[in-house]
Amino acid sequence: MVSIRGASRRFSGGHYGVRGITLDVSRGETLVVMGPSGSGKSTLLRCVNGLERLDEGEIIIDGMRVNHETTDWNKVREEVGMVFQGFHLFPNRTALENLTLPQTVVRRRPAAEAKTVARALLDRVGLGGKESRFPAELSGGEKQRVAIARALAMNPKIMLFDEPTSALDPEMILEVLEVMRDLAGEGMTMLVVTHEIGFAREVAQRAVFLDEGLLVEAGPARDLIDRPETARCRAFMQRILRRPGGESVRPGPASESSWT
Amino acid sequence: MYTWHWEQIPQYFPLIGAATLRTLQISVVSIVLGSLLGALAGLMRVQPVRPIRFLAAAYVELLRNIPLMLVLYLIYFGLGAFFPVSPFWAAVVGLSVFEGAYVAEIARAGIESVDRGQMEAARSLGMSWLQSMRHVIVPQAVRRSLPPLTGQFVSLVKDSSLASLVSYEELMLVGRQINSRIFSPFEVFLTIGAIYFALCLTLSLLSRWQEARLARP
Repeated sequence: MVSIRGASRRFSGGHYGVRGITLDVSRGETLVVMGPSGSGKSTLLRCVNGLERLDEGEIIIDGMRVNHETTDWNKVREEVGMVFQGFHLFPNRTALENLTLPQTVVRRRPAAEAKTVARALLDRVGLGGKESRFPAELSGGEKQRVAIARALAMNPKIMLFDEPTSALDPEMILEVLEVMRDLAGEGMTMLVVTHEIGFAREVAQRAVFLDEGLLVEAGPARDLIDRPETARCRAFMQRILRRPGGESVRPGPASESSWT
Repeated sequence: MYTWHWEQIPQYFPLIGAATLRTLQISVVSIVLGSLLGALAGLMRVQPVRPIRFLAAAYVELLRNIPLMLVLYLIYFGLGAFFPVSPFWAAVVGLSVFEGAYVAEIARAGIESVDRGQMEAARSLGMSWLQSMRHVIVPQAVRRSLPPLTGQFVSLVKDSSLASLVSYEELMLVGRQINSRIFSPFEVFLTIGAIYFALCLTLSLLSRWQEARLARP
């Protein structure tokens, strides 16, 4: 579904965002990308939907080669949904309008149809009844769920999540992860940058670990987290497992969620 | 000792009234044209193609670093040497081109003040640069630009007094004409001043009301 071949992105100043990354994501798979800050996780994701330009290598999405000079990025982005750490909802539009705007502008759906789609999606992420709220009137978790619904309204084939829960208060992380888990369960192809170990263990099929722009380790998510092979990955996992609340969303008796 | 002659003023009210209308006329037309020009130049300064950005920057810097009076002279006497330029059009074109440069800077600042994430979110939803600007960035930028824009429009109304130098019969010129007849500078120019003050204050109040109306969460 997504095929990344030797992707490199160099920033001005000469340092690399990502260096020679090769990675495949198959249809319906959830792949988690982990790594310390500055390791190139976000850059990798941003290359997939063209927010960053590739300097070397290529990315093929559902048969479309996307880093070519002639790439119609608007076309590609219609198929690739993106969820940001900072939500980036349109602050001057209601939750419903956040979902209808891209549908009417990009997909050229009639207003009535766009509204129907938007209502159904807001309902699905548990926000039925909050359609007319402005982003400033929503909690962080609600904002992120609107953002997910907004991306879904475009019927993407792939969803990219760039640390979707990192800006959230702990009690709101679960509600967002629930939505993502349901989405994965429905067979969405997802590329997720996250430090949520519990989510990675339970939902992701595979995980990769990046450090300094390089793909250091790849494997089944549970193995990568519980039995990392490389020293760098092991050190990283130990750090994040030890951090206070690092395993707060791990399934367990104390958890209020249905992770088990 | 100065002897007040306020009784001389009322006879000129019809003249002053007509001049006020002409001041309003060039101001309003120039505000509209200058805003359009400024919005265009502001957009050109933030779009991705470098030569277009340069062109807009050149326009802005050029006009912001020469006096308005010179712009008016260039149009009225300069261009006027090649084809007939009426005082009205000299004033309107001069004011619009001049104010457009300032509006361009306000527009650019407004657009750049919108969080980068907004453009990224819009683009990642498949909107083109132009669609993102139109539907996402500009509506937010306009709201933030209203206070500085008002200031600019108030300046323009006051700057319109320079149109007197290209013999457009607006308030300032008519004031000078009346004064040369009755030699009562305080009475004449305080009257004219009160009219400018009333026009500009009205403009400020109108935009404050508009701002309050637009203020949504």
